[in-house]
Amino acid sequence: MNTLIAIIGLGVLCLLFEILDFRKAIIPITIIGLLGVLGLTISEYNAPNSYYNNMIVVNKFSVCFSSLFIVLTIFLVALSHNFYENHQSKLSDFIAIKIFLLCGAVAMVSFGNLAMFFLGIEVLSISLYILAASNRMNLKSNEAGMKYFLMGSFASGIILFGICMIYGAMGTFDIAEISEMSQSAELPIWFPIGIVLVTIGMFFKVAAVPFHFWAPDVYEGSPALTTATMSTLAKVVAMATLYKLLSAMNADINYGFQMVIVVISIASMTVGNIMALKQANVKRMLAFSGVSHAGFMLMTLLSITTSAGSLLYYATAYSLAGIAAFSVILYVCKNQNNEDITNFHGLGKTNPLLAAVLTGALLSMAGIPIFAGFFAKLVLFSQTIQAGYLVVVIAAVINSIISVGYYFKLILAMYGKEPNETRTGKPFLIYAVAIVALVLNVIIGLFPSVILDLLA
Amino acid sequence: MNNILNQIGIENYIFLSVILFCIGVFGVLYRRNAIIVFMSIEIMLNAVNLLFVAFSTYHQDAQGQVFVFFSMAVAAAEVAVGLAILVSIFRNLGSITIDNLKNLKG
Repeated sequence: MNTLIAIIGLGVLCLLFEILDFRKAIIPITIIGLLGVLGLTISEYNAPNSYYNNMIVVNKFSVCFSSLFIVLTIFLVALSHNFYENHQSKLSDFIAIKIFLLCGAVAMVSFGNLAMFFLGIEVLSISLYILAASNRMNLKSNEAGMKYFLMGSFASGIILFGICMIYGAMGTFDIAEISEMSQSAELPIWFPIGIVLVTIGMFFKVAAVPFHFWAPDVYEGSPALTTATMSTLAKVVAMATLYKLLSAMNADINYGFQMVIVVISIASMTVGNIMALKQANVKRMLAFSGVSHAGFMLMTLLSITTSAGSLLYYATAYSLAGIAAFSVILYVCKNQNNEDITNFHGLGKTNPLLAAVLTGALLSMAGIPIFAGFFAKLVLFSQTIQAGYLVVVIAAVINSIISVGYYFKLILAMYGKEPNETRTGKPFLIYAVAIVALVLNVIIGLFPSVILDLLA
Repeated sequence: MNNILNQIGIENYIFLSVILFCIGVFGVLYRRNAIIVFMSIEIMLNAVNLLFVAFSTYHQDAQGQVFVFFSMAVAAAEVAVGLAILVSIFRNLGSITIDNLKNLKG
């Protein structure tokens, strides 16, 4: 609750700095402010509470995920310094939009009322539409923004219809009351219809098969930093929200619904990985890799009462690896007009440090030990086996092996090919973000219990 | 007010909203002019608003009507951003037909 107000204050402050002509101070002060907000959020860990007639409910789940989102936003703001170097006059707008995006994200995991959930998802989506189309002279960026806008508002309409059906069945928007009433035997048919519609809308947002078709185009066309935001922050937010919604609304999901999740999970992993194999554009490849990771994260819904910790762990591992990978991509593709794999040729010779970071990030996504991605998959698989879904785990293991194929394609291009150009300049913030994100990833890989026990 | 709702029946309100919602969905899927697609999205959202008000009267509860204000405000914000994107597309391409947007493929 305090978190939300502090974040909004920070966003407004960002806009004021532009008026007061403190442009140079925007990024440092935003990062310091976000660190302060992070401290404020963590201090609420042991004090669960609800505010404004249950509009916002602060509990361990919301505190942990909010902290993760704030950390990711700190990284993204730090990367902005280099990325918007040539657009200094718009810097404060871009940073402020990122802060408001974070505010929507925090509202989405700490809602106690469906109205707050809807507002959160819209604040997040509208900020992303703007960021996706923010390179307005570039036709690709325009196209990505338009596609994302059409798909996003279509999904919002479906979610709104679902919320309306749930309201019709229950007569209230309060999650706690809905959760209590959903235990009773007799419910109007509108309630399951509403849940299905909201779930479909959220599948659009996490880009799970068969609702993933917008993701590759939007990821490829958007400016690289926006792609980083979408594939790390937005995906994790949508997944955490879907988890919270489903665990609140039907704690004992019935058999048919579980089968749907099994099918969508397996389909997301398989389609995402197979399509990723033949991509030459790195952003597009990571988009399909994100689709397959969404499939992995959907597996947590199968043991929904106990898997909050493993979802947090998987989301942290995936998004930290994503940040590390994208910071290298930002560096390599800074002055290129595309993100083809040829740009990465010989990076291991010209810039061994960043090549090592990118290798580490990709290995973490593929699930190779000592990186957090491996332990995240391990925990997730063992939990799913305990819940009795061996088929999903077998499909997931096969998919992990397939995914190594395209991650290694990029790694081999970095170390095996001759460099075709020289890059100059060593932007400090990009190095710092890449290394810190990867080190955090390795640390939580070595000490998984630090994260897993938070939501036990 | 509640009397009228009882005479007409809540089901009929649901049917009307679902029909309007589907008109919106098919508009988004089949029309190629971006402005018409935006209008179709508005039809979807307003169909839901109608149903919210009907349910609100059905349950004798004001929350549903308040939610309509939220969804109207959000729809206005959304369409403002959408039109801004459309303007920048028109400046680059000189047309607003969605079929022209096919640079991104692979």
